[in-house]
Amino acid sequence: MKRIIPHPILTLVLLVMWLILTQFTLGQAILGTAVALVAARALAALEPQTIRIRRWSPIPGLFYTFVVDILWSNVKVGRAIMSRTTPPSGLIEVELDTRDRNILAIISVVIAAAPGTAWLGWNPGNQTLLLHLLDIEEGEIWEETLKKSYLGRLKEIFG
Amino acid sequence: MTDLPIWAAIVVGLLLIAGGTFALIGAIGLLRLDDFYRRLHAPSLSASGATTCIVLASIIGFSVMNGRPVLREILVGFFIMCTAPVTLMLLGRVALYRDRAADRPVVAESDPLGASPDQE
Repeated sequence: MKRIIPHPILTLVLLVMWLILTQFTLGQAILGTAVALVAARALAALEPQTIRIRRWSPIPGLFYTFVVDILWSNVKVGRAIMSRTTPPSGLIEVELDTRDRNILAIISVVIAAAPGTAWLGWNPGNQTLLLHLLDIEEGEIWEETLKKSYLGRLKEIFG
Repeated sequence: MTDLPIWAAIVVGLLLIAGGTFALIGAIGLLRLDDFYRRLHAPSLSASGATTCIVLASIIGFSVMNGRPVLREILVGFFIMCTAPVTLMLLGRVALYRDRAADRPVVAESDPLGASPDQE
């Protein structure tokens, strides 16, 4: 199984992407499967480690938190920009107890998508993330959110 | 173009206005915010808020017009979400290096990049 399909999740995602971009027909499904299998093998040459999802159940909750946080952050930053005085900004450090590249990649997407936060650096030595916040008052809230709602759930997902 | 029912036209219109507003506020932010790090936050408004609203409007509009779900736009949103961190991180790190080279104490006390420059 692992020999034929080295990256099962990627293969499935590529197939779905192919079908969305073309048409949902049997012919396209066969062609898409072939393309996805070849692409997965090509990736296997570069990245032999397969991403394994240990638990699927926290994913919907994580996605919901993500959407709510992004909306909330968009409205807050929009207001801050349009108000006469913008709040004082600053840097915070968040200690994230992980070395998993997948977890860090997802957290970076969250941070980039939330307008109030910007990723400045990651120190693998002491596993600290340096963030710039538009409103430094929200530092503790973001630290809590990243640690509890994101890191905790991502660790459950990737194990 | 007139075969869009009135309810869909209203929903699509509102989403487009919301998306346009987010993009406009993001652009105003780029002008108004006074510091490079602070300006990093403004384009995220277009990348997340504006993209989400416009992608939703496009999905609803074209799905109703064609009478079948059109999901292509989800890919647009997905790829913008996945690639946004790359540019933002690059800009943030470049600014950190620039400030450190100029001896400007912008970074935190225990800045991950500045703590041990000789290890890099």
